[in-house]
Amino acid sequence: MCGRTVTLKTMIRIIVCIKQVPETQEVRLDPETHTLKREGIKSIINPFDLYALEEGLRVREARGGTVTLLTMGPPQAEEALREALGLGADKAVLISDRAFAGADTWATALTLARAIDKMGGADLIFTGKQAIDGDTAQVGPMLATIMGVPYVGWARKLSFTGEATIEVERLLDHGYDAVAADLPSVISVVKEINEPRLPSFKAKLKAKKEVIPVWGQADLDLPSDAVGLAGSFTQVVKVFPPPPRGESQTWEGDPADLAARVWGRLKELGRR
Amino acid sequence: MSIILSTEKCTACGQCVDVCPFGVLSLEGDRLIIGEGCTLCGACGEACPEGALALPETAGPAPRPGVPPDGVWVFAEQRHGHLAPVALELLGEARRLAAFLGVGVAAVLVGDNVEHLAPPLLAGGADKVYVAEHPQLADFVEGPYTAALAEIARHYQPEIILAGATYMGRAFIPQVAAALKTGLTADCTAFAIDPEKRLLQQTRPAFGGNIMATIITPRTFPQMATARPGVFKRLAEPHTPDGQVIRVELATLAVPSPSRFVRTVEEIKERLPLSEAEVIVAGGRGLKDAKHFRLLEELADLLGGALGATRAAVDAGWIPYAHQIGQTGKTVSPKLYFAVGISGAAQHVVGMQGSDFIVAINRDPEAPIFKIANIGLVGDLFEILPALIQEIKKDRGQGA
Repeated sequence: MCGRTVTLKTMIRIIVCIKQVPETQEVRLDPETHTLKREGIKSIINPFDLYALEEGLRVREARGGTVTLLTMGPPQAEEALREALGLGADKAVLISDRAFAGADTWATALTLARAIDKMGGADLIFTGKQAIDGDTAQVGPMLATIMGVPYVGWARKLSFTGEATIEVERLLDHGYDAVAADLPSVISVVKEINEPRLPSFKAKLKAKKEVIPVWGQADLDLPSDAVGLAGSFTQVVKVFPPPPRGESQTWEGDPADLAARVWGRLKELGRR
Repeated sequence: MSIILSTEKCTACGQCVDVCPFGVLSLEGDRLIIGEGCTLCGACGEACPEGALALPETAGPAPRPGVPPDGVWVFAEQRHGHLAPVALELLGEARRLAAFLGVGVAAVLVGDNVEHLAPPLLAGGADKVYVAEHPQLADFVEGPYTAALAEIARHYQPEIILAGATYMGRAFIPQVAAALKTGLTADCTAFAIDPEKRLLQQTRPAFGGNIMATIITPRTFPQMATARPGVFKRLAEPHTPDGQVIRVELATLAVPSPSRFVRTVEEIKERLPLSEAEVIVAGGRGLKDAKHFRLLEELADLLGGALGATRAAVDAGWIPYAHQIGQTGKTVSPKLYFAVGISGAAQHVVGMQGSDFIVAINRDPEAPIFKIANIGLVGDLFEILPALIQEIKKDRGQGA
């Protein structure tokens, strides 16, 4: 099976799910009020999603087909879609509605699944390995289950072994396994899979003019208790800054002295 | 209800304040103040050297209507008949939660030819072990593993399912949650039970570890969470239950799966797996060259530890990816962590801030790593590291 080249005839419908995220490193909780301090923090395309997009573009180039971007977020998430269109995606859909606010990973996956239905389905859906704000890596696998299609996580290599069968090399704790999956499938990718391209002038021009449909709750025909906070199975009950670490001191001086002091202290504390 | 403080025993040393995952404890002069929001997680009691903090004696919270019967489950991750360490860590935590809930603990073993792992799971804290064996489960693939665990959960109905936040767990546990139409919290670092509502409180870092969030699954069962390896402690003494092993015949795997294992492409060989090391010596950009990792290796060998690295060091090709610690690498929480020539970028810190004790060596006194280090040594690592190695050898009488 593996390594066999197969002539593929059909055009493939690819969807790449992306997320607009704040640049995490700078997000902090106000230690007094416990509210997120997000002012002045730039929004970016989740960096891991760029590898998902690149893989979608490469499959399109190899097989022919379309790459459609899909995101759910506030109206300004349109910026992320336009930026990703500038990298060469064909179309984009924005899912945005106040009713979707507060969605957990389940409610998000359910909403995305309904949008993919409305788009007429897909053959291959790519996601990044996780979003850098929530770090949950849950929406992709949940989306696959809701759609009733296979999911393969942490792909570093993807090849077609049949008209509608792929082989995915993917990362696990012990190393890398190869897994076969029938299309349609949802695949999450790790950064080893490719080197994302830079935007092209032509694609950026097209991205500016592209009409991006915005779908809300009514367009997706989802009941209000199935979306947003009301449709979520989990609830955040508290956010707080990470607890401070215990003893913290900084020493300077002669290297031999420092070495003796730190070793002495580690033994004293029973760390050694 | 909150933790009970014995004021006679308390010396106001503050160790409990540092470990409280919910920031409830504070010191006012020589008095310990227990604020609002105690979840009875017990972390302070464990840390208290005087035994001054104790959980209230209670029969546990009142059952919610419709609570499923089968208690706390741990997915017993294994590969080719070898248990993942996180399975035993979670059994230790499951026992604590189950005692509070007044229920039992079960381990769920999914694989092929794995029944021999039941005894260590029973000793590790399980009252019973469900064993589901099938050729389709010999190697991990999301589809068959999801089908198996979801089917077992539907049949026996646990109140809680815990699994390791490993690559395996993070890949298929979300699918199990979606199949069971229930909530899931990823990468938890602390659990507690809300005594009034009988809800599992799941605490996890978000935003690259800059924020902690506590999450509940209030309306559905089972309450599901993945938990970071190396955070929870396995039982100190073996559990001695009646030892029930229940073999489960799976109906769902009768049909071929649309996703299938093909082969193992590459195995990462590690001298000592990072997830099991009590000491980690990690290097970053400050090492300047691959050959300097030999210095780290020497220190790691002396301390019986493992080698870690930042993304910068891995990207530079100085050390293989298997050693990478951080957001795009592994999460570790050893007893002792040496950060050598590591600036402390958030992307690295998120993977190691759970370490019990951190020693940092860096020439830049402003390096962010010093903010989280317990002891920071400012200076040239190429002077301090050899001096430290010599000091340890001298101390152990191995000559200088």
